[in-house]
Amino acid sequence: MFTAILTVILIVGGTALLAWPLGKYMAALFSGRFAAADGIFTRAVGGAPAQDWKQYSLALIAFNALMFVFVFAMLALQHALPLNPDGQGPASLDLVFNTASSFTTNTNLQHYSGESTWSYLAQLGGLMWLQFVSAATGIAALAALARGIGEQASMGNFFLDLQRASFCVLLPLAIIVACFIALRGVPMTFDGAATVTTLEGAVQTIARGPAAAFVAIKQLGTNGGGFFGPNSTHPLENADFWTNCFQMVSLIIIPMACVWMFGRMIGRIKHAGVVFGVMAVLLLVKMTAAIGFETAPTQAFADLPVAQDVGNLEGKELRLGATTGPLWAVLTTSTSNGSVGAMHDSLNPLTGLVPMAGMWLNETFGGVGVGMINMFLYIMVAVFVAGMMVGRTPEYLGHRVEGREMRLAVLALISHPVLILGGTALFAATAWGAGTLNNAGAHGFSEILYEFSSAAANNGSGFEGLGDNTVPWNIATGLVMLIGRYLPIIVPLAIVGSLMAKRRSAESAGTLSVEGGTFGVMLFITILIFGALTFFPAAALGPVAEHLTLMR
Amino acid sequence: MTYLLPSLRLWLVTMLVCVVGYAALVYGLAQTFAPYRANASIIEVDGRAVGSELVAQDFTSAGYFWPRPSAADYDGMGAAGSNLSPTSQDLAARAAETVARYGATPDNPIPADLVAASGGGLDPHISLAGALYQAERVAEARGLPVGRVRDLVQDAAFAPGSIFAPEPIVNVLQLNLALDRLAQ
Repeated sequence: MFTAILTVILIVGGTALLAWPLGKYMAALFSGRFAAADGIFTRAVGGAPAQDWKQYSLALIAFNALMFVFVFAMLALQHALPLNPDGQGPASLDLVFNTASSFTTNTNLQHYSGESTWSYLAQLGGLMWLQFVSAATGIAALAALARGIGEQASMGNFFLDLQRASFCVLLPLAIIVACFIALRGVPMTFDGAATVTTLEGAVQTIARGPAAAFVAIKQLGTNGGGFFGPNSTHPLENADFWTNCFQMVSLIIIPMACVWMFGRMIGRIKHAGVVFGVMAVLLLVKMTAAIGFETAPTQAFADLPVAQDVGNLEGKELRLGATTGPLWAVLTTSTSNGSVGAMHDSLNPLTGLVPMAGMWLNETFGGVGVGMINMFLYIMVAVFVAGMMVGRTPEYLGHRVEGREMRLAVLALISHPVLILGGTALFAATAWGAGTLNNAGAHGFSEILYEFSSAAANNGSGFEGLGDNTVPWNIATGLVMLIGRYLPIIVPLAIVGSLMAKRRSAESAGTLSVEGGTFGVMLFITILIFGALTFFPAAALGPVAEHLTLMR
Repeated sequence: MTYLLPSLRLWLVTMLVCVVGYAALVYGLAQTFAPYRANASIIEVDGRAVGSELVAQDFTSAGYFWPRPSAADYDGMGAAGSNLSPTSQDLAARAAETVARYGATPDNPIPADLVAASGGGLDPHISLAGALYQAERVAEARGLPVGRVRDLVQDAAFAPGSIFAPEPIVNVLQLNLALDRLAQ
């Protein structure tokens, strides 16, 4: 327990400290404080005129459509393109669709194993490129939202923001992380697989490749898609305890910094402090639960002469230490990252519930940029409910929140459970899902529920026993990822566009302050009721049922 | 059109900087300063590649230390976990086979890491307890004194994350290479 607490303090506490200066830097960057860089970026795209919410959204969608089309083509044609030393053949079109959707939407759900499916060109020029620009899309959207809520007349320019996020935030951090993990054992080579003769005389072929560059941006951009099939449990993707620490820090630092960036850009740092606090409390609850539940030994070994004194080890790597498996599971699903440091399918039943809850809420720091945008929707609801309770016109920072804004906010929030629960119901009831399970009974239901939660939350982790490289799974989750990505980005921009069009009123003593404890509690309760309760029946059918019937 | 042209220019600059420039920089630095690690930590003995320090390989003979079970059968091209629930009957059956292979009994229970498969199926380490558990078998098969083998294990053990992960572990391939050197 002592080492667990120490590890949490090192990783989460340390990152929280680093996020403060990073948030300050990002706010300055997106406020146009670096004129020289902005000049170069503006010339690169041939001008950066001010955009309103519609123009900003259209630019975002146009570029994201280009991302999808380009990578779709590259993946589909990889066998005819260079940089393919292991001779990877053509992939099926439904898998290409799923993978292109997955990486365009910052999800990185992977229905394949990288080392046996994609060429180095497809991995770097296609998937890794998307890991940069899809993450930058999220950060850009947050910057636009913040400008609208602050007192600015325009939302900025998407093409400029995307370059600021890519070149000035993601790239420098990625270089640092990639070099560190490469020095500690994550390969960075363009040679094909290595062939060795083992001490007992067998031949072993070891996949390798330009993994270090890929893994760094996978973590920093809340992407999560691994270079190798089993993601960061693979020793060549996560070589030792310290690469593991570096990767976990990379996983949460930008989502944390985004909260401070938002607060500074709207000029309300105390408000950001309250939001950060609510997110941190939720994170702490989840970490405590997951690490605690995972100390229970492997139930399947209970009747055998096995000495179990370190908790459940199935699906875990020894070099990463005993607590980092469940800790990583929480961090990767609190943010929308989706990389894994232990196999989620093999977590104890209640431990496995925690990452699912993380994806259902999807805003305890959340994805880069989009986590804070999701939180903005909850803030709208909290402000509205609070206003109704005291009988005053709800206001957020002087903006009057009315019927139109609420309808939009609820539309975006409700789409999340509809996609998850609707999809789960359909696949659990038919052979599309029921025929692809790796585990029986309640745990099998959890595999389906997890997959749809992961797709809708743009997370990308999975209960990987699921045989998900099928046409129905590839099409269904591909569509869910696209809806689950663009609806919650465009709708908040529309809400802010609507707020901007109204005259701002001065905040009076009667307005609910968004900078105090009362608001924090209100927000916390809104998240729990709106986010968590919706999913309670599904949780009861899956992990809770498994725990109650099979754990002794 | 308003958005297509800037999008294409954006595609070009991000591709040049974030893919070509970035990958070339990291590749150059890694290959210059850590070529052994950048090429997947391949160990050579007498000029012959015998394995990767970081990737488990199968050992079945009594005279070698055995790694953790692998759901991928130690396939370096197809790493995978078992993805079985801890409550699974299949997992219990697989564990029973492992227990039988080691001949574990209630008086001499086997350390859990030797029974549980790792996440990627390529975990190169076992716990110190798991290595000591096998010392007697290895010593007998090699005709070495048990104390000698235990000393070798103790020398190879290390804490993976100092105070943050103090439970000692052993790299199986390196331990077995040390055993072979002892025999020469």
